[in-house]
Amino acid sequence: MRVITVAGPPSVGKTAVVLKTAAHLAAAGLRVGVVKFDSLSTQDDAAYARAGLDVSVGLAGNVCPDHFFVSNIDDCLTWARARGHDTLVAESAGLCNRCAPHIKGALAICVVDTLSGIHTPRKIGPMLKLADVVVITKGDIVSQAEREVFAFNVRKANPRAVVVAFNGITGQGAGELAFHMAQAAGFETLEGQHLRYPMPSAVCPYCVGETAIGEDHQRGNVRKMAFAGDGS
Amino acid sequence: MTPEDTATLAAAKLASLTILGGRDKGGALETLDLTLRPGDVVCVVGPTGSGKSRLLADIECLAQADTPSGRRILVDGAPPDARRRWATVGKLVAQLSQNMNFVVDLPVAEFVAMHADCRMVADGDRVVADVIACANALAGERFHADVSLTQLSGGQTRALMIADTALLSASPVVLIDEIENAGIDRKRALDLLVSQDKITLVSTHDPILALLGHRRIVVANGSVADVIETSAEETESRAHLERIDAVLMALRQHVRGGGRIEALPAAFSTFASAMATDEPFPWTR
Ligand SMILES: Nc1nc2c(ncn2[C@@H]2O[C@H](COP(=O)(O)OP(=O)(O)OP(=O)(O)O)[C@@H](O)[C@H]2O)c(=O)[nH]1
Ligand SMILES: Nc1ncnc2c1ncn2[C@@H]1O[C@H](COP(=O)(O)OP(=O)(O)OP(=O)(O)O)[C@@H](O)[C@H]1O
Ligand SMILES: [Mg+2]
Ligand SMILES: [Mg+2]
Repeated sequence: MRVITVAGPPSVGKTAVVLKTAAHLAAAGLRVGVVKFDSLSTQDDAAYARAGLDVSVGLAGNVCPDHFFVSNIDDCLTWARARGHDTLVAESAGLCNRCAPHIKGALAICVVDTLSGIHTPRKIGPMLKLADVVVITKGDIVSQAEREVFAFNVRKANPRAVVVAFNGITGQGAGELAFHMAQAAGFETLEGQHLRYPMPSAVCPYCVGETAIGEDHQRGNVRKMAFAGDGS
Repeated sequence: MTPEDTATLAAAKLASLTILGGRDKGGALETLDLTLRPGDVVCVVGPTGSGKSRLLADIECLAQADTPSGRRILVDGAPPDARRRWATVGKLVAQLSQNMNFVVDLPVAEFVAMHADCRMVADGDRVVADVIACANALAGERFHADVSLTQLSGGQTRALMIADTALLSASPVVLIDEIENAGIDRKRALDLLVSQDKITLVSTHDPILALLGHRRIVVANGSVADVIETSAEETESRAHLERIDAVLMALRQHVRGGGRIEALPAAFSTFASAMATDEPFPWTR
């Protein structure tokens, strides 16, 4: 089973990218199954189903979405195999920029959009820095100059990645991305595999539902911020 | 500079681009073997929905019989292998269209300097000044280097995009999709791109812009129906059309300035009545 993680901030065009590329993969004879991870809700399953793709949804609800992802991804592979797929695409949104769902050895794609501003590539963290392919969407509505500066900043943040310019509406770039996706490594199981970046080990009352603000509630792994003028 | 950057710059050199025919919307073969070289300006004309944007997109992705048109694009006379193709795409082509805008909120000079930085040009300050001067020569109203990008008008925005693409983008191919309504000096814009040795393709519905190309590709029903060399007579026709256009432009300015149009030059009524006859236009023949 080819395993591909597709991650990125909300509404950058992840689903559009997967939909357009899946059409190329299907034409090449690949059998694609999609799992959408999100925090609270998603309409993406309807979009995938409309395109004739088999899809499952995982909502993290009151659990940290990154932890939810890693606790379920191997089950996704089992599901995809049972459904007769040979390629599993895991789209995840709602993850925080602190973490990344990327798995060592599995093709890792990060989707970002040019509309989010030219400094965004620096802010995203391991989701972008540890990706194999960075897909840049929405270039159709910004200037060539901004596209070039944005792509340059992506390369600075992750010099190793292949950068693909993608138009989620026309599908421009889908042929290129399909070429990379078709080469994704296969796995029998993800058991024993590792995330590319460790998730936070913090355990504090807020992790388990505390809502009250105040020193009395800040136990366990607490880190306090420093303010301008401190220690001067 | 990383090895990849060096490769990027090397990949941007291009001697020729060849478009080989595919199939039209009905599946009939398209006879086409067209080679473009640096300095060429080619316009793409055809009815709405005929496939002008498709043709530009085929070039953009270096199609290898894998787009709806089935066309193939050769780079320097040969099909790029898959790896080279995807490594080249995006570095070869700069695009400009009516939908594009600046979204960063920075002063013009600061942003252009940022673009110059990422292109690693030697004489940054001079290039920035050149880009802004060029843009001002193309646009109607001058803008200052300190103004914010987001405050530029539509025409100023388009002018800056063209100047920046011509002088600062490494891409040897420029694809322009319908910018005729932008209110910029189209001839100067094309001259600027030609002077930078780019291959320029312009999709357009505008007769003057169509005649500004060295050649024009006529698209119908998804395939290239003809490639027309712009003749000396056509260039002469363009000169007349430009004069008419200049008058309309002057009228536009007048209206913008709150003026009334109660009297027109005498030649206008002669012209209008000559055109009002039932005789077919000379070009329909
Ligand atoms: N103009 C333009 N719009 C795009 C592009 N790609 C996606 N969009 C639009 O952006 C919106 C969001 O796209 P989605 O694919 O749903 O984004 P997503 O990242 O999957 O969103 P979530 O999964 O909800 O986080 C849609 O309206 C798309 O049509 C693009 O390249 N250009
Ligand atoms: N040879 C072809 N085979 C199949 N489909 C085609 C072919 N050429 C064009 N098309 C499709 O026809 C549709 C309209 O084409 P396109 O958008 O390129 O038109 P256009 O000439 O740019 O129109 P407009 O002037 O309105 O911008 C597109 O969906 C395009 O993919
Ligand atoms: Mg989505
Ligand atoms: Mg078009």
